[in-house]
Amino acid sequence: MIEFFTTTNLGIALLILGQSLLIVVPLLVALAFLLWGDRKVWAAVQLRKGPNVVGAFGLLQSFADFVKYILKEIVIPDGADRFVFLLAPMITFVLAMMAWAVIPFNEGWVLADINVAILFVFAVSSLEVYGVIMGGWASNSKYPFLGALRSAAQMISYEVSLGLIIIGIIISTGSMNFGDIVMAQEGPGGALNWYWIPHFPMVFLFLISSMAETNRPPFDLPEAESELVAGYQVEYSSTPFLLYMIGEYVAIVLMCALISILFFGGWLSPVAAIPDSIFWLLGKIVFFFFIFAMTKAIVPRYRYDQLMRIGWKVFLPMSLAWVVLVAFFAQYGAFWGTYARWAVGGG
Amino acid sequence: MSVADFAFYAFGFIILVSGLMTVASKNPVHSVLWLIATFLGATGLFVLLGAEFLAMLLMIVYVGAVAVLFLFVVMMLDVDFATLKGGLAEYLPIGLLIGVILLMELGMIFGVWQFADGAEAARAAITPNIGEIHNTAALGQIIFDDYILIFQLSGLILLVAMIGAIVLTMRHRPNIKRQNVVAQMHRDPAKAMELKDIKPGQGL
Repeated sequence: MIEFFTTTNLGIALLILGQSLLIVVPLLVALAFLLWGDRKVWAAVQLRKGPNVVGAFGLLQSFADFVKYILKEIVIPDGADRFVFLLAPMITFVLAMMAWAVIPFNEGWVLADINVAILFVFAVSSLEVYGVIMGGWASNSKYPFLGALRSAAQMISYEVSLGLIIIGIIISTGSMNFGDIVMAQEGPGGALNWYWIPHFPMVFLFLISSMAETNRPPFDLPEAESELVAGYQVEYSSTPFLLYMIGEYVAIVLMCALISILFFGGWLSPVAAIPDSIFWLLGKIVFFFFIFAMTKAIVPRYRYDQLMRIGWKVFLPMSLAWVVLVAFFAQYGAFWGTYARWAVGGG
Repeated sequence: MSVADFAFYAFGFIILVSGLMTVASKNPVHSVLWLIATFLGATGLFVLLGAEFLAMLLMIVYVGAVAVLFLFVVMMLDVDFATLKGGLAEYLPIGLLIGVILLMELGMIFGVWQFADGAEAARAAITPNIGEIHNTAALGQIIFDDYILIFQLSGLILLVAMIGAIVLTMRHRPNIKRQNVVAQMHRDPAKAMELKDIKPGQGL
């Protein structure tokens, strides 16, 4: 039986399919509750109750919403390009899911253990801009198009600083594999060994850039309803809209997972005495999602020129200077070799 | 047929079909989207060759950045594409002729392809063993250690080209209002506004 799954082509295909389902299904179920949590946090900050009708504490609200989205009528505008219009939300959804293939959940628990994992995630998230542009263009309407243009410019701008911050981590580890990056953070100091101390300023830059990259408040200008009605999603309804929304939230959770893995030791436990496990990673992801939700609740929206200025004139020079600095630290073994953990990470 | 063979033919099919559709599409935006599909197919071929770093770079640089700008330009164009496509019958013979000539040249090259005596050995000498070193590390070795001067010079050429493009397109317009961000951020609320306590029924 085991031979069938490891040697024959059909067996391998079935095995990969099963593993993919093992990632996608729990992710989507978890997302339903994360969405609920997001709304609850938002409501609590504004002294409201939030969703509390469907199920105990409103826990099943997301499932009720899901059924509602599925059952509504799909409205396609008259002048829209039907094919691209329906393709765009699917692209957003599929790409958001794809990046999870290389995320390790525990030691060796990864679907595709590739050398360039971090570049793969980066490449996939740089493709996500297509879902937005195509949706905005195919709607054949003014507000979606303006929203799509804004969104594309914003996502491309913040990808630059995200990429540079990631380069600092790669230099420190000497490898682009997530497993190596996490193992390079292992040590007797527990949480003190993680990258958040040597790469301290970049933690904040990464967090803010990932909010901008995922179009999350305070950088949700693509769908700023006071100016653009709802940005590139104006003409979308029913299931296509649901795909957009799920894609967006999966990208946010992915960013939370990235922060946990790159700076906060992934599945490693903060105290060396407690064993490492997948629950640490899940806990870290939920914690960063909570920070995302709180930011959405308490920070007002940026103006568009401020957003662009902070991206190009503040984050880009800072992260560029940081890459140079880390390269020097790593080369000359400054700070007791904290910046050069090549022996641990391999490479 | 192994999985790799199947993947090769699948990617090859994707590249051919989307390349054809890039040329044949009526709508230029569709053309660009097909072009992106072609790039993605090429990415797959790179992965099959074991050049995963190049594959990811192709995806990030070409698909993630260059093609996005391309798409922007095409979306913004206000050209009547029906008239542009109108000359199809006129240019078809010339296009076909060029295509046939290219195909014949390729065929001739392929027909008389030979290796020089030392070629195999010379190639093997500079190719590091994939079992010992990742191809990302091998590429870094070549670019940043062996050929650092050439790499830096080509970077310099790109920089000069960029500066040239900026100089050519930048114009200073004297009579427009500009934002002074530093001045805006250092404004003092106490000096900029005055709070007045207004009595009901009196006004200012």
